[in-house]
Parts: sequence; C-alpha cells; structure tokens
Amino acid sequence: MEALLKIENLSKTFTLHHLDKHIKASQNISIDLKPGEFIGITGRSGSGKSTILKCIYRTYLTAVGDIWYDSEKFGRLNLATATERQMIYLRKYEIGYVSQFLNVMPRTTARQIVEESVLQMGKTLAEAQKEAIKLLTHFNLDPELWDSYPQKFSGGEQLRLNIARAMAKRPRLLLLDEPTASLDAASKLKVRELIEDLKSTGTTMLGIFHDIEFMEGLCDRQFNMEAGNLR
Amino acid sequence: MFEQPVLKVEGLRKQFGDGCGHCNSLSVDALEKNYCTTCGTVYACQDLNFEVYKGEILGVVGESGSGKSTMMQCLYFDKEPTSGAVYIDSYKEGRANLFEESSQQKRYIKDMVLGKVYQNPIYGLRMNISAVGNIAEKLISSGVREVEPMKARAKELLEAVNIPTFRMGEAPKNFSGGMQQRVQIAKALSNNPPVLLLDEVTTGLDLSVQANVLDLIKEIQRDFGVSIIVVSHDLGVIRMLADRTIVMLNGKIIESGLTDQILEDPQHEYTQQLVNALL
Ligand SMILES: Nc1ncnc2c1ncn2[C@@H]1O[C@H](COP(=O)(O)OP(=O)(O)OP(=O)(O)O)[C@@H](O)[C@H]1O
Ligand SMILES: Nc1ncnc2c1ncn2[C@@H]1O[C@H](COP(=O)(O)OP(=O)(O)O)[C@@H](O)[C@H]1O
Ligand SMILES: [Mg+2]
Ligand SMILES: [Mg+2]
Ligand SMILES: [Zn+2]
Repeated sequence: MEALLKIENLSKTFTLHHLDKHIKASQNISIDLKPGEFIGITGRSGSGKSTILKCIYRTYLTAVGDIWYDSEKFGRLNLATATERQMIYLRKYEIGYVSQFLNVMPRTTARQIVEESVLQMGKTLAEAQKEAIKLLTHFNLDPELWDSYPQKFSGGEQLRLNIARAMAKRPRLLLLDEPTASLDAASKLKVRELIEDLKSTGTTMLGIFHDIEFMEGLCDRQFNMEAGNLR
Repeated sequence: MFEQPVLKVEGLRKQFGDGCGHCNSLSVDALEKNYCTTCGTVYACQDLNFEVYKGEILGVVGESGSGKSTMMQCLYFDKEPTSGAVYIDSYKEGRANLFEESSQQKRYIKDMVLGKVYQNPIYGLRMNISAVGNIAEKLISSGVREVEPMKARAKELLEAVNIPTFRMGEAPKNFSGGMQQRVQIAKALSNNPPVLLLDEVTTGLDLSVQANVLDLIKEIQRDFGVSIIVVSHDLGVIRMLADRTIVMLNGKIIESGLTDQILEDPQHEYTQQLVNALL
C-alpha cells in the first residue's frame, strides 16, 4: 500500500546565533507510515523525538530531507517545502497534533474550544455545537467541566480535551507527542482506550511515548530514538 | 496555487529624503541601517513583498522604527510610497495597482474596501462627535443615505464591540483608551471591508482591556472572514492572533513563516533575540 507519510533522511539542526552554537536534534530519520497504521516512537529525553513531529507539522523548518505526505486535497506533497498556506490548510483539515500541553486562547471554555475546531472547517455554529457535545461525551469529559476554563483542568482532563479538539477535524493523520506523560495509571488506561478507538476508525497515527509498556500491543510498529537516530 | 491572495504587496518602498550619490548606488541589503549616514535619507520601507489571504490574520513584528507603521500608512494612502504596488482582489479584479489610482478612486477604496485602526485613536476618530456619529459618518461616506437604518447599523456595531447602549451617544473623548479602540474597530468594520489594517491596537491598554480587544479581533476574523494585517511589537499579541507572521528590521522583511514556527524555530539572529526576550 502507498505510504500516507514517508519521511526520507530527515535531519534537523538548530543554529543559535547568539551562542554561536549548532544543536543536532534528529539525524537521518526515515519512516514509512501506511494508511491506518500506528507507529510508536520511544527514546530518552532530548533524543529528538518531538523534533520529528514538529518538522512534520511545520512548527520547525526542515532544511535537510523530505517529508512526503499523501494529501486528500493536494495529492502527494513534500511537507518540508509545502507553502505556508498549504500547511495552514492541512492543519485545518487533515493533520492533527496533540501534545501533553494544552495550548488555547485564555478565557475560552472547553466547549468553545471544540466548537472552534469544528467552525474552522467552515461548519455552521449549530453543527459545531452538536459535534462538540458528541466529542466531549465520547471522550468522557465530565459535563460539569464543559463550560469552564481548561487552564484549571487536571492533566488527564486537559489531554482528553486536546484529543477531542484534534478529533473534531477527523484528521487523516494524527501526531501524538507524549499524550500520557504525567498521567496516573487510570488516566493512561483511558488514553489507551481512546487510541484503540481512533485506530478502529482508521486514523493513521504517529505517537511518542516514554513508556514502552504502554505501547505494547497498541502500536503496529515501534522505533527507539537514540541521540538523534532511529533504531 | 490553490487560492488567490486577497491583498498582494509588491516591491513597496518608502524613503524620506532624496538620497545621494552614495546611498542611491547601494542595494537594499548593503544598507545596514535604515538611513544613509552621508545624506540622512531614511529608507523606512525597502522592497516589501507579501500576500494576505481570505480570513487570514497576518502578523507584522519588529522593533521600534523598523517601518511597520510606515507600511500601514502607505497601504491606507496616508503616505505616498516611493515605489511599489498593492493589489486587492475585490477592486478591479485585483488588476489595478492601488497606488496608481486617482485620489478620487483612493477615497472610494478607503470607503469601500479598507478599514484601518490607528495606534493613536486621535487619528481614527473624531473625538467631539458621538460614537454613533463617528460610525454614521463612515456609513455616509460608504453610501448609506437613510437615517434610521444608519443609526440601527451604528448601534449594532457598537454593541458588537461591547460599548454599552447608554454611552453610545457620548463623544469618544470621554471614553477610556480601550473603549476608544473598540469604537475605532466598530468604525473600521462598518463598511464590511474585506481588508482590515490594525496598527498597535492594543498598545498602551491595560491587560484585561487588551484581552478584550484581542478577543474581539479573533471574533471578527471568524464571523466576517475579513483579512487582517496586525502590526505589533508585542510577540504575545502576535502569538494570540496571527496565522502567519512577517518580521521587519530596518525597513526590510528579514523572515516570515507560520506564527508558531517563527516563535519556536526562528532562523534570523534578530528574530531569535526578539523571541528570547519574550521567554
Ligand atoms: N515623516 C517622516 N520623515 C522622516 N522619517 C520618518 C518619517 N516618518 C517615519 N520616519 C522614519 O521611518 C522609520 C520607520 O518609522 P515607523 O513609524 O514606520 O516605525 P514603526 O515600525 O511603526 O515603529 P514603532 O514600533 O515605534 O511604531 C523610522 O526611522 C522613522 O523615524
Ligand atoms: N526549538 C528548538 N531550538 C533549539 N533547540 C531545540 C529546539 N527544539 C529541540 N531542540 C533540541 O533538540 C534536541 C531534541 O529535542 P526534542 O526533539 O524535543 O527531544 P525529545 O522529544 O526526544 O525529548 C534537544 O537537544 C533539544 O534541546
Ligand atoms: Mg519531546
Ligand atoms: Mg508604529
Ligand atoms: Zn545618501
């Protein structure tokens, strides 16, 4: 099967001018991700895992290597060189990103955050409201919390909101950056269920996890990062 | 391309002074400062090129004096550029360089196609006539003639920016800075312009008022699909609002990209300094 995402020889080096320093983050990364597949990446802190995801999402620029993505809208394109406007489109409609941190506008309720995600896709407010209720329910966020500000939520609650927001767009490709970090065992189990759920709906996922146990039986394939290189 | 820009700026230059034998022979990149040390000519904007798309907020950052306001003034015909072009897709199908239009046409463009909010409300509002009157004036110049619909529209706009009904009849000189900015925004929106120019709209406002104005801008983007250029030296404002961002230094665009990329993986030494200062 054609890969949905094919990373070829990606290397990312940061140049910090004021320190006159070069930081080699990820080196020579190649990964193939088939439609519906879930690949897990582990590795110690600082080994360059997040850098890969951020290069895919264009939060980081890729100077060396190619990131081929099979887009519904544009066909096969290289995310390393796609235009900014193409990336904005893809973020809106095709590629989701979930991190352990919640990054939202202040004074926006959980419900509004999910609605906003749907609205961005050009849906009506009524549709967005309906979809938000569906997703918040599905991801088990206590209805008491729907109309409060998520800055005060627990790690697990923020994460479920994060996933609900990303899933509102039904992305073809979902990037997960340590979605289980700092969660207790029970919440981790919940996340595991969520991911199994997403898998069964055919979402293609690339995820970073710090514990190998968690990935056991969940990922189709696993990689380990060591000092910038995939093993 | 899969979409056409709403606004396109090409080779925009603005210099104050005529230049001299020395600086006229230099290329844009050879001039390290934004002025010539021999003749004192200021090169406030040098060869600016960028595009803005539908419903997009484009952020413009850069230190004081980098040419941000000069650029916005040129785009609103407050200043005449030295050279360059700007095209807007809803005016003559994007084929006319607005800078070359007659002053009558420029008036029309300001009335129908553009809205601007000034850093200093004194330039954007008439301080001695009522808030409703300020908006009515703009509506009249955009062709509205009947009084009742005009008043209704003015009230609706002021309501949208949270000016309490009982204060709408007051003159903006009595308003707080945040209220004045909100009236300016209401006025700029009154003719439903496809392009909105915002120069430091939140500067000098206290934090809670600032947050209010930022929310309002986000809402406008979402509800009206307006394309907005937001100038600010405050990266926090840009982070909140802008989809894409350009970074200016000494009248030049030194870097541009998706806003999160500019903040997390800045390439230029100056941008790295700017971002480090924010952290
Ligand atoms: N009328 C003028 N005559 C001469 N120089 C001018 C004039 N107007 C602006 N300049 C110069 O052009 C440069 C750009 O000024 P501008 O107001 O565009 O800066 P800015 O980026 O908006 O700065 P700030 O962040 O302080 O608002 C500055 O060096 C300024 O001194
Ligand atoms: N934006 C950045 N600027 C400079 N260095 C960075 C940046 N992001 C990551 N790095 C560096 O790249 C290396 C890999 O980081 P990262 O991908 O976040 O690791 P991981 O996710 O595996 O913990 C680290 O040395 C980190 O300090
Ligand atoms: Mg990481
Ligand atoms: Mg200025
Ligand atoms: Zn000179």
